[in-house]
Amino acid sequence: MVSFSFKGRSGAPERFGVRAGWSRDTVIGMADVQPIKDFSDYIAGALGTDLTGSTVALGELTLELEANKLLKVLAYLRDDVNCQFKILLDICGVDFPERERRFDVVYHMLSLTQNLRARLKVQPGENTPVPSAVELFSAAGWWEREAWDLYGIFFAGNPDLRRILTDYGFEGHPLRKDFPLTGYVEVRYDDEQKRVVYEPVKLTQDFRNFDFLSPWEGILQELPGDDKATVGEDDEAAVKADK
Amino acid sequence: MAETQIKNLTMNFGPQHPAAHGVLRLVLEMDGEVIERADPHIGLLHRGTEKLIEYKTYMQAVPYFDRLDYVAPQNQEHAFALAVEKLAGMEVPPRGQYIRVLYAEIGRILNHILNITAYAMDVGAMTPMLWGFEEREHLMEFCERVSGARLHMAYFRPGGVSRDMPAGLADDIAAWCERFPKLIDDIESLLTNNRIFKQRTVDIGIISTEQAYDWGFTGPNLRASGVAWDLRKSQPYDGYEKFEFDIPIGKNGDCYDRYLIRMVEMRESVKIMQQCLEKMPAGKVKVDDQKYAPPSRAEMKRSMEALIHHFKLYTEGYHVPEGETYTAVEAPKGEFGVYLISDGTNKPYRCKIRAPGFAHLQALDMMSRGHMLADIVANIGSIDIVFGEIDR
Repeated sequence: MVSFSFKGRSGAPERFGVRAGWSRDTVIGMADVQPIKDFSDYIAGALGTDLTGSTVALGELTLELEANKLLKVLAYLRDDVNCQFKILLDICGVDFPERERRFDVVYHMLSLTQNLRARLKVQPGENTPVPSAVELFSAAGWWEREAWDLYGIFFAGNPDLRRILTDYGFEGHPLRKDFPLTGYVEVRYDDEQKRVVYEPVKLTQDFRNFDFLSPWEGILQELPGDDKATVGEDDEAAVKADK
Repeated sequence: MAETQIKNLTMNFGPQHPAAHGVLRLVLEMDGEVIERADPHIGLLHRGTEKLIEYKTYMQAVPYFDRLDYVAPQNQEHAFALAVEKLAGMEVPPRGQYIRVLYAEIGRILNHILNITAYAMDVGAMTPMLWGFEEREHLMEFCERVSGARLHMAYFRPGGVSRDMPAGLADDIAAWCERFPKLIDDIESLLTNNRIFKQRTVDIGIISTEQAYDWGFTGPNLRASGVAWDLRKSQPYDGYEKFEFDIPIGKNGDCYDRYLIRMVEMRESVKIMQQCLEKMPAGKVKVDDQKYAPPSRAEMKRSMEALIHHFKLYTEGYHVPEGETYTAVEAPKGEFGVYLISDGTNKPYRCKIRAPGFAHLQALDMMSRGHMLADIVANIGSIDIVFGEIDR
């Protein structure tokens, strides 16, 4: 369904999965998925090799592409008479540190005439820039600044790529997965210097991030530590070898 | 006599300015009294909401949404609840949907009252603020009676609402709906044809339809530019298609149109609330699945299973199946979207919040160039910004 995979914790969905009789595609909004599938085929036909993938999941269309095709695809989606995705709603970064090209840059577009949404994804690495969409959509300016500020994704061609949400003089990119939740510096007002000073974070109690992921896997086949319960052929061989 | 040289002046507007609607620092380059460039500096209220949510379970993430646009908190929760429901495949019972619609419209009126009256005060009218805040007080009392909190309700949860409405509340809301249009009339009598108000707003900050698309406008600001677009109509959620209401659209896209649109929207919201109260079905208010919705207190006293469910829900929380969704609602300020990525665990992998005010404030530079200094106050008021959601 989605193109990424996660290490470890993937046992969860089966245990807490969707109940029988509920279809995730028909619950909320845009209940009729067929137009989106047709539309997905239309775009895939028109753009062909410019896309590296296109999926429809949960009634939402996702197009994946390489960064060098981004502007072409954005312009096509905006200007094509059957698409008219005239509003660029959002640009955001997502961090997958275990991946070689660690970021996703996700564009959400809205077509008023088709009443459809589209999601575009490109995967830049830490040192590869993404072309800026400011020329096509003025709204992209600040969203790109935000992605630069929070993730350090560089947008080539953005005329004003300053930090936007973090403090003046902030260092680092706070929404990366390897940036600690508590940050590195804290501020306080220094009564002697009569100004706000920056200091390294001091925690009176260590940061606690409880792992509540359940060890409940149901009843195990063998009881841990109870070796006698399963004396198989291998074990008998081992016993003989010991003698 | 030598010609007088006039240098461009750089002026700081805010961060502590009553007309900045929060902590907006605006660096203005002025040529005399004409604005040449407006550079908003935002982020003074940045709290790292998106980062914090990545470390919280899905239920713990709900109250963070109240603190985004704190003028209409329930509408933000609504988007998050819908996003989680979509990923998890939950189906909210009809009564839960109706209560949500009722309170979402209360949120819309809360927001529009504050916006219009504060905007009117920015351009010189004091009285609407005093009148409007009395009604806001009544509405916040309704919020308190249903959830226990006036502002930060944490009432819309994934799967429904946290509890049913108490007895008598529906009647009081119905009585309020009868009264409230009178106040809208009163405020209109003060503002709509007021010469000073019109001089300050008509033909100020005109945004054409193309510009509105280009800058990612949504909500009343887009409608003021003449686009009939409302998610409640075009992509209805929680049963909005069952209600009859109209969508006002503007003709000129100026500050005055944006004011008028909000006035009409309040009347339409009252209509929706009245229909809600009339048609309110009986039944459960949250999804009937104790893997997602906590059991009632009474049940926990008797049932071991309910006790276990309660314990698991409030420590580990529920798991949401792997997937991603962008779910948006028509918040009072525009399209409020949540881009939620789940990795199948009990915490969101990524929760991007698409705040409408972020896009609107970005366009302030385009709107204000060539206007006078006093007009920027009208522009800021008319695009309805709240820094809780912009800075996140």
